[in-house]
Amino acid sequence: MSTGTASRQIIEQIAAADTGRVNLMEVCGTHTMSIARSGLKQILPDNIRLISGPGCPVCVTPDEVMDAVLDLSLTDSVTIATYGDMIRVPGSRRGVTLQTLAARGADVRIVYSPMDALEIAASRKDREVVFLGAGFETTAPGTAMAVQVASERKLENFTVFSMLKTVEPALRALIGDPDFNIQGFILPGHVATIIGERGFEFLASEYGIPGVISGFEPEDILVSIYRLVMQIGSGRAEIENEYTRAVAHAGNTMAMAAVNNVFEPADSLWRGLGMIAGSGLKIRDEFSKYDASVRFGLHIEPLGRKSPCRCGDVIRGMITPRECPMFGTNCDPENPAGPCMVSSEGACAAAYRYMI
Amino acid sequence: MMDEYITLDYGSGGRKTSSLIEEMIVPLFENDALAELGDGAVLKSEGRIVFSTDSFVVSPYIFPGGDIGKLSVCGTVNDISVSGGQPVYLSLAAVIEEGFPADDLKQILESIRKAADEAGVQIVTGDTKVVERGKGDGIYLNTAGIGFLRTPGLSPSAIRTGDRVLVSGTMGDHGTAIMLARNPDLLAGNIESDCAPLHEMALALGELGSSLRVMRDPTRGGLATTLCEFVEKSPHGIEIDEDAVPVAPAVKSACDILGLDPLYSANEGKLIAIVSPDAADEALQIMRSHRYGQNAQIIGTVTEDHPGRVVMHTPIGGSRILTRLTGAQLPRIC
Repeated sequence: MSTGTASRQIIEQIAAADTGRVNLMEVCGTHTMSIARSGLKQILPDNIRLISGPGCPVCVTPDEVMDAVLDLSLTDSVTIATYGDMIRVPGSRRGVTLQTLAARGADVRIVYSPMDALEIAASRKDREVVFLGAGFETTAPGTAMAVQVASERKLENFTVFSMLKTVEPALRALIGDPDFNIQGFILPGHVATIIGERGFEFLASEYGIPGVISGFEPEDILVSIYRLVMQIGSGRAEIENEYTRAVAHAGNTMAMAAVNNVFEPADSLWRGLGMIAGSGLKIRDEFSKYDASVRFGLHIEPLGRKSPCRCGDVIRGMITPRECPMFGTNCDPENPAGPCMVSSEGACAAAYRYMI
Repeated sequence: MMDEYITLDYGSGGRKTSSLIEEMIVPLFENDALAELGDGAVLKSEGRIVFSTDSFVVSPYIFPGGDIGKLSVCGTVNDISVSGGQPVYLSLAAVIEEGFPADDLKQILESIRKAADEAGVQIVTGDTKVVERGKGDGIYLNTAGIGFLRTPGLSPSAIRTGDRVLVSGTMGDHGTAIMLARNPDLLAGNIESDCAPLHEMALALGELGSSLRVMRDPTRGGLATTLCEFVEKSPHGIEIDEDAVPVAPAVKSACDILGLDPLYSANEGKLIAIVSPDAADEALQIMRSHRYGQNAQIIGTVTEDHPGRVVMHTPIGGSRILTRLTGAQLPRIC
């Protein structure tokens, strides 16, 4: 059976479910992208609304944190090693990014993994290498490993600037918002490979909200939507796993152990959601030698500044990208006002690039 | 007698320069114009000429499927070919960093020789400079080429509603191969650059006359960017089927992992052609009958809907816009 035929059949089942207006939220940048690239929204029945939540690690990074990173990049002998996505993200000053600062002499290297950053430090003892640890539970284990290896090898010039966040506190904060109006979650498959099905069970058991852990092919997402609609239609609230090829009930306990060995929960500032208790990962004191905030005395204070960028409302699902007054006029991928437009996983970038 | 490494003396214009030219370059590229070793080459011409230039700074300079030398010949040969020219003469300029291994230089020059032979072009004039260590990335090359115009009238303005869009083979090979060659620890892969000369295929397509509207080789920015260039600021749009675009499975997997898109990755041995609907099947057969066109496909159609835009139909039944690349592709975080 061709993909087109199979998907048509699933769509018919979804349409037949007769649930009325249903809002489903995904909280994963890769899902945002897969939905946009495949044109999935166009083939869904009108009563199903797909909303992008705070799933893009770049998009939830507040201006204050980016400003600290940008200032750090101009420090003598500092080499910033980062995932590629970060280099075009502005802070509070429009047009100032790691990429534009690199053109003015800042040493910025794109790496695929924290271990690459570690090897740069090992081979360049004259540089202070700072790895920007962005991401959720998916990238946390790799980052933890880099800190552990740095410690074993007694590196003197390698630190991690942890921007890591965890998904559960953000979901709780979303649900606690008075405007919250989501009937089901499409849950992030990669995060789930780490925290397992059990990491999401609180959604059903404490809040009565169904969730389906989904893979990343458009077919995976379509099946997950179908399963959510079936649950909603029959008044059930469970956590289902559509991504069984990668996700186990307990997740990856070894990876979680590595994360807990190096990091501990800390309060963390999210764009749009504000300060959420225990939602970030901070490097533990015994590894403080590898903590860039300690090495460079970085303190992030919320600025409370009002910016015209509505990225925070977009990632809470309050407005769609097109409803932002700057969309396409004052804000586009070449001249982004905020991270939702510059990140390749951001809802605004996806809408701008892919949607007709 | 050549040393093991290129030193600054080789660029000085003195005896070492002469030995570089006489021992390495002239013997490899034997032709009357070059043998004169004059400041300029005097050449025969036939009618209107097509003239093109490109510089090459690829790193690493040797990669699976080729090297900077082969690339420098094929790049300019292909630019001339898709412009309707039969490539005939090339100039070759090299800027070499002090300390460059002479054996690598020899390998690159031999690649150039081989590629030039296959493309039927002569290297008729050239230049070599050597810069201090740290002031060059190993080696930079520039080629400029002259071709005789064989297929006039090729232009995006010749495109008409209903025309078909063809690609001569799998997309994204070169860009992906280079990305892997730069990150050898990241992935093991058997992906080679598709670097190849397309002069014969382009000339054969030229036999279609005015049914052939335009050709282009999708280098930086890939297939998607090239299609956007065809229709931007025009009354036409393009619709393609994602299923119809040939992508090698290994390239697709590597791109999935690296966070790249094969439709935006460079190709160095492929061409895109837009032809009238009645000539589409013949154009496809022409491509497939050539050594470098065996995976050719018809991938889409020119429409008057959504003018200026390229729309792709996805396997799941949706559609999305293919926009231009706004900067370098950045690999995703997670």
